[in-house]
Amino acid sequence: MALDGFRRDVEAAIPALRRYARALTRNGETADDLVQDTLVRALRFEHLFIGGEVRSWLYTILTNLNRNRLRTLARRPHLAPLGEDDGPLTAAPDGGGRDIERALASLAEEQRAALLLVVLEGLSYRAAAEVQGVPIGTVMSRLARARAHIKAYLDGERPALRRVK
Amino acid sequence: MNDHDIPVTEDELHAFVDGQLPHDRRVAVENWLAAHAEDAARVRAWREQADALRARYADVVTEVAPRRLALDRLAVGAWHRFAATAAAAAIAAFLVGGLSGWWARGATAAMPSPEARLTTEALDAHRLYVAEVRHPIEVRGGEQHLLPWLSRRVGTALRTPELGAFDLKLLGGRLLPGPSGAAALLMYESPKGERFTVYCSRLRGPQTALRYAVAGDVAAFHWIDGEFGYVVSGPAERERLRRVTQAVYDDLENRAPAQRRSDADQPASPRGS
Repeated sequence: MALDGFRRDVEAAIPALRRYARALTRNGETADDLVQDTLVRALRFEHLFIGGEVRSWLYTILTNLNRNRLRTLARRPHLAPLGEDDGPLTAAPDGGGRDIERALASLAEEQRAALLLVVLEGLSYRAAAEVQGVPIGTVMSRLARARAHIKAYLDGERPALRRVK
Repeated sequence: MNDHDIPVTEDELHAFVDGQLPHDRRVAVENWLAAHAEDAARVRAWREQADALRARYADVVTEVAPRRLALDRLAVGAWHRFAATAAAAAIAAFLVGGLSGWWARGATAAMPSPEARLTTEALDAHRLYVAEVRHPIEVRGGEQHLLPWLSRRVGTALRTPELGAFDLKLLGGRLLPGPSGAAALLMYESPKGERFTVYCSRLRGPQTALRYAVAGDVAAFHWIDGEFGYVVSGPAERERLRRVTQAVYDDLENRAPAQRRSDADQPASPRGS
């Protein structure tokens, strides 16, 4: 039955969703909160799912929820010390992991999402564009900027206080 | 003209790295990279980035997901009863909120979710004051002025739901700063020392059905009714908390004037199973 198929697809997507959320937020708890909210919404709106790939739909919900989360954070008084993004709760296994994580943290949100959807989650450019709700060309330029930024970051040319928001 | 003669674009370099380049252009790009050292270095760097990213997050997919992500626990089955009580407007609001990004493809993505903020505040308050041994509340439940005071400050006629059926006794309440004005926190305690709180604050937002949120060992049910948001928090035992919440919800729903008591049984309030 279609209903069971939907749930099975949702279930199968959970590991990948957690990976995407973890990389997106660099924080295990926050990431799983996002995944949980995503799953709750998906189950609640199952009857409204209009076909297509369940996994892409889940990425879309999660991406939007994260954007909302960041907006909410932005409205709050910011009491965290400078450089908070550099101190995720999850420890990186090694120096290399830490470096890429910091580089990731220094990206603008929509560039980070574009990069992760394509590189980490293996979405096609078209699917990533649909998830982000933008034309493919926009995904391409986000991807290009993300890669250039990370390369510069890892090469040591840290654009320290010029974080693009 | 041969395909190989068409200059390689930046997009093609990315597509090459991402395995999304049409087959017939792959050789052209390879030839291009052999002749352009700078581009070859960029492509190599991008590949290293990709490898580092995948390596960094590879473990996540093999981790055992926390139980709170199990679909059975999140299942909507138990919620149909509640969902059914929500006004159609609430459903529409969910659509606008949760799915706009999907349908409008992110054009609007409007979901500020004031309710989420309210719930966060309520859970924070719950955690903070539940841990208080000597001063969990400001005004004791027995004090006559508790309700008039909180009602005046919050801006609605508050009630203190009767939760004796759950062995919960009203300790009292306190006034707190909420996300959009004053908030009232009522605290209940069981003989075993377990504490539940009911949080209420003015909240501009679409009416919603009951929703569940877990934060570690505490959890909350929250909803918006009229111009007010409500959050019932307690130990993270979903079913028990749900029953307590339902009693609170029923109590608040029934706050119609006494002479309209017969209305209390209208099907608008969620009935227990």
